[in-house]
Amino acid sequence: MKNAVNRDIPQEVLDMGYEPFQGSNYKEGKEYTKAAPTVRMRPAQQETKVLASIREAIKAVEFRDGMTISFHHHFREGDYVVNLVMKEIVDMGFKDITIAASSLGQAHDPVAEYIEQGIVTGIQTSGIRGKMGEVVSHGKLKTPAILRSHGGRVRAIESGEVHIDVAFIGAPTSDCMGNARGKGGKSDCGVLGYAVVDSKYADKVVVITDCLVDFPNFPPSIEAIDVDYVVVVDEIGNPKKIASSAARFSTDPRDLLMAEYCAKVIENTPYFKDGFSFQTGAGGPSLAANRFLEPILVKHGIKLGWIIGGISAPAVDLLNKGLVGALIDTQDFDIAGIESVNSHPRHFEMSTSQYANPGNKSAFVNKLDYVILAALEVDVNFNVNVITGSDGVLRGAPGGHPDTAAGARCCIIVTPLVRGRMATICEDVVTVTTPGENVDVLVTDYGIAVNPRRPDLLEALQKTNLPLRTIEELQKEAYAMVGTPDPLPFKERIVAILEARDGTVLDVVRQIDTPAT
Amino acid sequence: MTHEKRMRRLRRSMMFLNAQRPALIKDAYIYKPDSLMLDLEDAVAENQKDAARFSLYNALKSVDYRGVERIVRINGLDTPHWQEDIRVTVAGRADGIRIAKCETAQDVLTVVEHIEKAEEEFGVEKGFTLVMAALESPLGIINAYDICKACPERLFGVAISGGDYRKSMQASFNPGGIEMMGGRANMLIAARAAGVQCFDTVFTDVDDMDGFREEVIQNKQMGFDGKSLISPRQIAIVHEIFTPTQREIRNAERIVRAVREQAAQGIGVFTLDGKMLDIAFVPGAERTIELAKASGVYEGDL
Amino acid sequence: MQIKQSAMAGTLESSDVQVTIEPHEGSVEIELESSVMLQYGRQIKACVQDTLKRLNVNDVRVTVVDKGALECTIKARVQCAVYRAAGVETGFPWGGAIQ
Repeated sequence: MKNAVNRDIPQEVLDMGYEPFQGSNYKEGKEYTKAAPTVRMRPAQQETKVLASIREAIKAVEFRDGMTISFHHHFREGDYVVNLVMKEIVDMGFKDITIAASSLGQAHDPVAEYIEQGIVTGIQTSGIRGKMGEVVSHGKLKTPAILRSHGGRVRAIESGEVHIDVAFIGAPTSDCMGNARGKGGKSDCGVLGYAVVDSKYADKVVVITDCLVDFPNFPPSIEAIDVDYVVVVDEIGNPKKIASSAARFSTDPRDLLMAEYCAKVIENTPYFKDGFSFQTGAGGPSLAANRFLEPILVKHGIKLGWIIGGISAPAVDLLNKGLVGALIDTQDFDIAGIESVNSHPRHFEMSTSQYANPGNKSAFVNKLDYVILAALEVDVNFNVNVITGSDGVLRGAPGGHPDTAAGARCCIIVTPLVRGRMATICEDVVTVTTPGENVDVLVTDYGIAVNPRRPDLLEALQKTNLPLRTIEELQKEAYAMVGTPDPLPFKERIVAILEARDGTVLDVVRQIDTPAT
Repeated sequence: MTHEKRMRRLRRSMMFLNAQRPALIKDAYIYKPDSLMLDLEDAVAENQKDAARFSLYNALKSVDYRGVERIVRINGLDTPHWQEDIRVTVAGRADGIRIAKCETAQDVLTVVEHIEKAEEEFGVEKGFTLVMAALESPLGIINAYDICKACPERLFGVAISGGDYRKSMQASFNPGGIEMMGGRANMLIAARAAGVQCFDTVFTDVDDMDGFREEVIQNKQMGFDGKSLISPRQIAIVHEIFTPTQREIRNAERIVRAVREQAAQGIGVFTLDGKMLDIAFVPGAERTIELAKASGVYEGDL
Repeated sequence: MQIKQSAMAGTLESSDVQVTIEPHEGSVEIELESSVMLQYGRQIKACVQDTLKRLNVNDVRVTVVDKGALECTIKARVQCAVYRAAGVETGFPWGGAIQ
């Protein structure tokens, strides 16, 4: 059955209970009852919830085969928690585990082993990379991986579509009762927004820290009232990889060219007025765009009202210069972000639900003016792929991409026309991770295309000297440079399901028909 | 474009590219320099000169440079490479050749002779391939006027090449360019006397944008037509400084209109805004307007 | 054209292609490794074959290690390697066999 982005959703997926994607606002106004965890009450006096080891905690939560466990990804490539916990679970002989993390990355290559051994039989995540991406792409995971945006994950948990048996929450600091914060300690990650929903909806919650602090560790990101046990380990992560030192501003002339185009697009569209809001993703050109924001703010004498998303040095810089009213933080990418959230009174932490959950009564993204995002591929219908690489292997994450694209009044995708011999602008993306209806402007080094759904933006930009093209022209130009590619060879088996924000199915990923390395 | 237009075209920015590096030569034109200088000479290792020619030929034939001029810097006449360099450049229909280490008018004539042979061999219109001379030594500077006049049908300009020039002058780089002063001035005078364009040397520190800006301002004040560049990041500053401001354009318009009006009434010299004006001021004003038009900033109707 | 010896052209840099030509009795054999094998493997082989045909080269083994080079670069590297292998250093037929 074809869905609203013209992707074929196979019957076997519909038989799982899924609906096909029918437009971003298909579920606007829909009523539902939230799920709830099964918990044990503790009225008696307590001294401490600290257990001697992760193994003790796994026993204490009455771990069983077939459970769904969860983790957050605030420690990014420096995370040790997933591997520490999984090693114990596997050593203790448990099997048929589903990992429902907010995201997984190259730090979690050992999980690929467990997948191949059939111990881990389900993966639900935003990001899937490295060895894990390879084994899943080659069909080694027993059930299709389920890939969701950050907002979509919260919705799925709160609605009960995903039930978490045990949440393992790595925390830079915790007290003996489980009040946990993202700030301080040896592995400061600034905030713990991704883990909030897990703490509220999992049946059992285990906090794992490498820095036990005095009770009460207030104000907590994760509340003791939701925590069953606390475990203290030597290291929950590698601080150097949790927070990179500030990324140097890109000096690549191509990145700067595209960043300048982005700034001009913002400057010349109607939402650019005093108090406007903004978000960037990571990655060369979108990060470089931050640098061009400041001059246009100063030039027009206006200020940003708020910035949301992953915070790094450029946003902190704007805050310190008084050019933005507040930063509301979903995660910190670098030391500047961490230091700022620790100390600046207008730099706030928020939960992923507050950020992007389409299932609540209003998320931040619903009020967002501008977002600048990257893409692996964009097709002539403006659909975006951020997850399947040029070799058909899973190596990316929807993250906040679909959420911010849906919410932003003006969603800008910035990407070079070609990368090496791969056309970024193509006829059909390999996998749809963000539907074209939510993408407004495409900025490339060869020109700028405005989605025909936005004649208002096109009219505004025609008044500038920006090089406007149609997306078909850009796609033809890309193929003229690199040649028309042969299609990737896929087998029948479905290895991953791309959920839209509302839980309908955007696309499926099939097993790549190449030898596993 | 007519031959005359090709000779006199806008050349504010002339960006160097290594013809041997595929990742670079295929889409440099997106940065919109006025000219691209595809280098077969110093950027290419001695044992890769042949590879660079194949890369150059294929690039010239397959890439659409969208109106950006393609000049090829061939190896010096003291190397074994320059003849084949000329053949491949002409066969590829590049717009022109930059003669490295040009020291005498004869150097120019020798190159032109081989260009003519190649134009005939490869079916290129006689006179199509333009020429510019790079002066890199004291002798080149001394002979600048003769070099500039050596081939009026093809030679559109001269450039000074700072690196080699400084070495032969036994001087080193100074901010403010005092060691370049004599070379620059003599070359400029020669170029203007001969009626050809004149370009300054590259600024090698791509991270020192402030120092670069100062040098470009000095270039403009001295009267250069443009500058050689080594990075796309340098293009915007050059275009900014070499493009007439709206104020300069308005002034130029007033001068041209005023002189014409006065001439129609039989008046040859008059005062405008307290300054004396006569017909001698018109070419300069017209040049400003031409430059503004070519730079895409002219909004008037002259 | 007679291929007398082995020769190589190009590098392993991104967007480049390294082409090695060796004399080989009887046929043209092409071994290809590419970072974009799935999408462009077929086209790269065809481009190498066409370029060799134009140069009238028949008895070679060609080893191609491609890092996402465009067609004009593939042609340039094959042409360069062939002429090196043939020991030719001047008088190239630009616009004729070389296109």
